[in-house]
Formats: sequence, C-alpha cells, structure tokens
Amino acid sequence: MRSARRTEATAAVLRDAAVAACAGGVVGVAFGAVAVAGGLPAWVPVLMSVAVFAGSAQLLLAGLLVSGAAPAVAAAAALVVNLRHVPYGMALADVLDHGSLPRRLLARHLLVDESTALALAQPGGAPRRLAYWAAGLGLFVTWNLGVLTGSLAGRGLDTTALGLDAALPALLLALVLPSLRADPAVRRAAAAGAVVALALSLVAPAGTAVLAGLLGLLALGRRTSPSPGGTGSRACAAQDQP
Amino acid sequence: MTPLALLVTVLCVAAGTYALRSAGPWVRRRVALPASFARLVTASAVVLLLVLVVTAGLLDAGTPVGPARPAGVLVGGLLAWRRAPLLLVVLAAAATAALLRLLGVP
Repeated sequence: MRSARRTEATAAVLRDAAVAACAGGVVGVAFGAVAVAGGLPAWVPVLMSVAVFAGSAQLLLAGLLVSGAAPAVAAAAALVVNLRHVPYGMALADVLDHGSLPRRLLARHLLVDESTALALAQPGGAPRRLAYWAAGLGLFVTWNLGVLTGSLAGRGLDTTALGLDAALPALLLALVLPSLRADPAVRRAAAAGAVVALALSLVAPAGTAVLAGLLGLLALGRRTSPSPGGTGSRACAAQDQP
Repeated sequence: MTPLALLVTVLCVAAGTYALRSAGPWVRRRVALPASFARLVTASAVVLLLVLVVTAGLLDAGTPVGPARPAGVLVGGLLAWRRAPLLLVVLAAAATAALLRLLGVP
C-alpha cells in the first residue's frame, strides 16, 4: 500500500518533469529563432544553451548583443540576472551536494528555475532529488534540441503568433504554485516582491529589478515568535514539523 | 562583432553562471546557518521565481507588452490554481495568446 502510493508519487513527479521539459523545449525553439532572426550566427544560441543553460539570461544576452551593446556590458547584465541561482543553490544545497564528485559537478549545471521550483515542491530527501534530476536532465535535452531547431529554422518561425512568449511565464507560475500554496507568509512575500520588481523594472535594468524583488522578503515576518530570552532553538526545531 | 569576441563573451557568461550555481552550496557548507535562515533562503527562491513570472509575463526589456501575453499567462495560472495538468496549463497559455493575436490584440 505504502509502496504503491510512493510509486504513484514518483510517476506524478516524472510526469511533471516531462511536461516542464517539453514546455522548455518549446521556449527553446522560440529563443533560437529570435536570436538568429536578430542577426546572431546560429552557433551562438546553440553554444550558449549548452554552456550557459539559463533561459532568461540567454534571452537578455542575445538581445543585448543583437542591439549592439558592448560584450562586457552584455555579459555583466546576463550574470546579474543569474545571481538568483545563488539563493536557489543555497535552498537546494542538500540535493546539489549529494553523491559522487562528478554527480555534484553536473548537478550544479542543471540548477535552473524549473528544476528549482519542481524540487522545492517536494518535501526533501529522495523525492526532492528525483524531481530535481528529472526536471534538470529532461530540460537540458529538450532545451538544447529546441534551441538547435529554432536556430536552424530562424526567420521562418513566427513565435509570437504562436503565443510561445506566454508559455515560459505560465510554466514557471504553475511550477511555483505549490510552494505559494503551502505558506501564506511566502505568498505575501512573493506578491510584495513582484510589485517592487515591476515598479523598478520600468526604470532599472532587468536583472537589478528582479533581484530587488527580494525586498518582498520583508513581508515574510516570523512564523513563530521567539520566546523572550530563549535561544530560539525550540522555535527552529518546531519549523521542521510539517 | 567578431566571432572570437562572441565566443569569449558566451564562455565568460557560462563560467560566471557556473560559479554562481556553485556559490549556494559552497556557502552552505562553510557557514552554519540557523533553521530560520533556511526558511528565508527557501522563501527567497520562491519570491524570485514569482518575480520572474511577473516580469517575463508583463514586460519586454523594461517596456510593458500588449495584453495578449499577460492574458495567456493568467489563463494558465487559473488552470494551475485549479490543479489542471501542467501540459494543459502551458498549452492553454500559448493558445490564449495566439488566439488573441489572431483577433488583432497585440
């Protein structure tokens, strides 16, 4: 009975990872087509997708290079966008530091929005690792195949007419919903962060505005009020209970 | 831009991104953090993800997009809230945006 339930949960995780990978592949097609249509040689989006493997940073980098920005400026902007991988990595340290050295090195490269969101939706331990690896590896394959396809198709593909630009935000929203549902305080913080980032993005560069969304954490508050004079260790232990 | 400059730019961003990805677990290994901080870190990942949803859904390089894309994301979000399958969420979002554009909505 218990193992049947576990098999079912595993199947659900793999199914979600597969869908995330498929959707990522579709977004990859859009990215490849947009980059080549903007004037970059086809090998640039393809190499970027294998070596950088981070959708929004790639979009920004390609966009800036196409618009004639200095390479150093474009690279710096893309790295600012990728700064969010530091908190991702901290939140998933147990997953990234599990297993042999080659496995750990590969795990770091697969740290993306989708694998983070899917893994955080799992309670921890083996289910969390499964969600992370399934989403990360699946997405690595589909993303690169998608970008390759889009780069070769290039100008012949009208991605906005197909509504593909709505696919990535919708995918991320669906993936992050379980974490938002689980904790009202996190929901509050995320909403506040979104408002701050939106307001700032009208005046500040994209990466900066996204990071400024972290100000929303001020709305997080404390789940348990610390006892006066106590070390707080009891409150911390209580948080590990579901 | 020369192919070499393009290559160097892409490889620099790749190396920098890998370093950023490695920084999180590196910090966690070296610094003992209280459980309340762990909650803060998890929350910050969720906050950043939602921020990305909103900015990618409403903006293109800092300027607001037409209503078709946000409408698509909204439809996808509502379906996800009703616990619809992920594939349906993504397809409905793209289809909504595509349909609206077919009707002339930017």
